[in-house]
Amino acid sequence: MVKKELSSDYVIELNDVKKSFDGHDFILKGIDLKIPKGSLTAIIGFSGTGKSVMLKHILGLYKPTSGLVKILGTDLSTMNNDELTQFRCHYGVLFQSAALFDDMTVLENVCFPLEEHRRHLKKDQVLQIAYEKLRMVGLDPKHYQKLPSQISGGMQKRTGLARALALDPEILIYDEPTTGLDPILTEMVDDLILETHKMHKGTTSVMVSHDLGAAFRIADFIVMLDAGKVLLSGTAQDFFDTDIELVKRFVKKGMKHQ
Amino acid sequence: MINVIIHKIAHYMDDFFESTLGRLKKFAWDVGEISLFAITSIRLLFVKPYRYGEIVKHMEFIGNQSVGIITLSSIFTGLALSFQIYLGFKMVNAVNLVGPTVALGITRELGPVLTGLIVAARAGGAMAARLGTMRVNEQMDALDVMGVNTKQYLIAPRIIAAVLCMPLLTALFDFMSMVGSWFLCTKIVGLDNAVFFEKIRQTVDVRHINEGLFKSAVFGFMFAVICTFKGFNTEGGAKGVGEATNRGVVMSMVSIIILDYFLMNLIRVFYSFVGISI
Repeated sequence: MVKKELSSDYVIELNDVKKSFDGHDFILKGIDLKIPKGSLTAIIGFSGTGKSVMLKHILGLYKPTSGLVKILGTDLSTMNNDELTQFRCHYGVLFQSAALFDDMTVLENVCFPLEEHRRHLKKDQVLQIAYEKLRMVGLDPKHYQKLPSQISGGMQKRTGLARALALDPEILIYDEPTTGLDPILTEMVDDLILETHKMHKGTTSVMVSHDLGAAFRIADFIVMLDAGKVLLSGTAQDFFDTDIELVKRFVKKGMKHQ
Repeated sequence: MINVIIHKIAHYMDDFFESTLGRLKKFAWDVGEISLFAITSIRLLFVKPYRYGEIVKHMEFIGNQSVGIITLSSIFTGLALSFQIYLGFKMVNAVNLVGPTVALGITRELGPVLTGLIVAARAGGAMAARLGTMRVNEQMDALDVMGVNTKQYLIAPRIIAAVLCMPLLTALFDFMSMVGSWFLCTKIVGLDNAVFFEKIRQTVDVRHINEGLFKSAVFGFMFAVICTFKGFNTEGGAKGVGEATNRGVVMSMVSIIILDYFLMNLIRVFYSFVGISI
């Protein structure tokens, strides 16, 4: 049985989370992080600093070697695999590659989570919700019956976001949403994230990225990781005002690329 | 000089034992992991939600789409096998026994084994490649974070479909091989039609057919578990998918051939236990 503590204002809490896969080298070396409800938080950092590993802890895909991961007031370590699987209905995730099921049409992709978790809904109700989500992300109805391979990268991202929103999740996670996209598409995806966040007021959004420009443009809070630890967390202004040399270098390089 | 040679031999021996031991350890580890994977997947067959739609979808792929290749292969197997047996039996004036010999060989051994090999290559390879692609394209991660049990959704239906389809495909293989055999015996080498059927009726029993069908279900389970395991645990990009597919198919084929021998003995032991002559 999952015990839920009702005190938290923070939706995501990581307390001294350490992770090692071989028992010697630690990828995460004691992460402390609190993400408030309804915020849009960007997690940034150079490659190999532990962003993806940390994200997988938040999603409950990895268990920490030590430390505590609390999501929506629930300690994930108290759950067994079946409970964790069910708990993941609270999340919506947009993957870097969109990760659409390539044997399903755009519409079927968005219907899928509803068919899995809202079994009481009738077929036309499922379709209605799917149409609504696809409209919300601005995808033209003429693409609904196409396979993912028949639509562009930007449309795939929109479909992925519609699918992530299908169950009205409490936590929305964007895993490197703009990596590998051209500047125009990057801006489009950033705007889409911002619009989605504004439309879903109670939803807590977490964006993992090494696109500093996007983080500064759209995030309420920014967390920078380095060598498995939180180097700095705060607003965009805190990042401009900091004296930490590595952060200054990262900011300088990031702004140069914009 | 001698010391150097002895030293080198000792070094080679050391390397040989070390690598052999390493391989044995890896093999034991693989067997353990595949067994655990199979047990978890089987347990999920009995957990809600039941995936009937997925089972039917995979049965269509494994069963229905294999009908053409099984039909074609079995007819020619029947033709070739009958002709070779005919040539041999002609030397000892026993050509009337070609039909029953082919029938026994096909129903008990060749039918299940060849069907297993063909379906493992076609459907097993496709399973490993499909699951491997899903793994490297993050589609499995997407299922995980959507709160869908990936093993229950992707693995269990494929295993059930393979176990259900293999006996049906083997029955088809048996039947079409005998059609090929009948055609060769009666239409090409001129054996008597009535004798062909009568000799088969006298020799072949239903239990011989059941034996083959039972084996084929085990082979279906075997290749489905191996290929889904390899696909499910794919690492790396396109190269990883290729390797997983290759290993899955090769391991399945070798396992089917080895397992056939042990199943044959197991069935023999069972028959002697219940007092039936082979």
